[in-house]
Amino acid sequence: MSLLTLDGIGVTLRGRRVLSDVSLTVGPQELVGLLGANGSGKTTLLRAALGLVPHEGLSSLAALPPSARARAAAWMPQGRAVAWPVAVEEVVALGRMPHGDGRTETGRAAVDHALTRLGLDPFRRRAATRLSGGETARVLLARALAQDAPLLLADEPMAGLDPAHQIAVMRLLRDLAREGRGIVVSMHDLALAARYCTRLIVLSGGGVTADGPPEEILTPDLLRDAFGLEAQIVDTPHGPLLDAHGVAP
Amino acid sequence: MRALALGLCGLVAALFAVSLTVGPAEIGPGESLRALVMGDAGPLTLVMREIRLPRALLAALVGGGLGLAGAAMQGYLRNPLADPGLIGVSASAALGAVLAIQTGVAAAVWIGLPAMALIGAALGVGLVLMLAGQHGGSLTLILAGIAVSALAGALTALVLNLSPNPFAASEIVFWTMGSLADRSMSHLWLALPLVVAGAAVLLRLGPALDALTLGEDAAASLGVRVERLRLSLVAGTALIVGGTTAVAGAIGFVGLVIPHILRPLVGARPARLLWASALGGAALILAADIAVRVVVPERDLKLGVLTALVGAPVFLHLIWRSRRLEA
Repeated sequence: MSLLTLDGIGVTLRGRRVLSDVSLTVGPQELVGLLGANGSGKTTLLRAALGLVPHEGLSSLAALPPSARARAAAWMPQGRAVAWPVAVEEVVALGRMPHGDGRTETGRAAVDHALTRLGLDPFRRRAATRLSGGETARVLLARALAQDAPLLLADEPMAGLDPAHQIAVMRLLRDLAREGRGIVVSMHDLALAARYCTRLIVLSGGGVTADGPPEEILTPDLLRDAFGLEAQIVDTPHGPLLDAHGVAP
Repeated sequence: MRALALGLCGLVAALFAVSLTVGPAEIGPGESLRALVMGDAGPLTLVMREIRLPRALLAALVGGGLGLAGAAMQGYLRNPLADPGLIGVSASAALGAVLAIQTGVAAAVWIGLPAMALIGAALGVGLVLMLAGQHGGSLTLILAGIAVSALAGALTALVLNLSPNPFAASEIVFWTMGSLADRSMSHLWLALPLVVAGAAVLLRLGPALDALTLGEDAAASLGVRVERLRLSLVAGTALIVGGTTAVAGAIGFVGLVIPHILRPLVGARPARLLWASALGGAALILAADIAVRVVVPERDLKLGVLTALVGAPVFLHLIWRSRRLEA
């Protein structure tokens, strides 16, 4: 069973070809790290998959009507702005909107669960505009989690988090995948990606240049070609480690 | 939340009763309310039913509509400085009314002025939608509104400039200040369906505006149809602002100040702010319309002048307070 199927996705933004012919599927229990240099089209691919940008090709999500899509996939965009000083628990409760049960027992339980999983219980009643950048990111991730969709798409959820919280978020995502969800997360930290993701997809030159388990695809050649890095992946007792020692000429 | 709702409802009801009992005819409140309800063929019943009742009802309707439209507009644009006049409807409605006064249509039939104002509002909103398009973002909508407002304002100034008749010119100037004096039940029946229809559209946008707190992308992923939301917002606001401007002239600051004052009391949630601002707006205009009759009864103080006079300092105070909180 697949949670997301992309077939021949191509996107042209303002006359510039950003992506062409991207095809992939994501199933349950997968934690997919979407990698690529700045401007390689990670955000655009995720938005096209959700039908938020005009695109060619087929996306199983974009084909759904908006209300059904909201129950099929949760989306945490890169934008972190919360417009009004709404209480944190109310922001998280917005995730129940597709289910229409924000005020019922089940809805509240899902909100409480999401708040607890992201360690946000002490912030429940704080205005979401009075949090630090990293705290806001966790609130928004909790919001996506409360949506309780089988697929979670997150655009750089780790940006602005301190190292401990980055690891905490990756562990949470790994646990969510093990519980049966499919997760696609765009990210820049290759070491975290190598350690926690079950699969990596590397974008460069407007298409997928590598797709597979981290240990197979993160070769020195790929690190040089797609990321401009002189680096290698080293195995340690705690898992793979990225040893980056230079920038490719 | 219930306390706030009850408090605002009580305030509106109390101000409504006071509004009914204030006027140049010196009659006790009990007597005048009895004349209104019981009714006889006497002059007091006539005064109550034909002069004060429409005035009080219009005040509640205009204030409620503008408060609601302001809350919806601020929610959609995610900006506490947004105002229902932003989309150019009030300026274009004013242009229609000014043309009606200038051409003498307003003097010929009572419906001439409101009808021309409504035509102006419809043309204005049509132009805004044409400029902002089906797919434009909120910034395009603001810019289109500013452009239409500027155009309508320039044309209004042109009419005044070329007006050969000083009486018409002064009537125009006074009309644009906004007032509820000497309105009849006919004015109410004209504005009521428009404002009610607009309110029905805007009050349903609550959940979508809540979701928009997280931005258009997140809202869309929660199932909000952002383009339909924008269209509903513009249509609802245009119905309310067009309807109220046609019967009461341009009354500023209600749609700006009321949502701003009430936002902290509803936990900043855009959906709750909608009904709260409708009640708050009704209370403000009822109070202002009582004030213009009580403060200087011998002079015809205009409602819009008073709301601006009270609204601007309140707004300055709010800005000052929020600046202190941010520091």
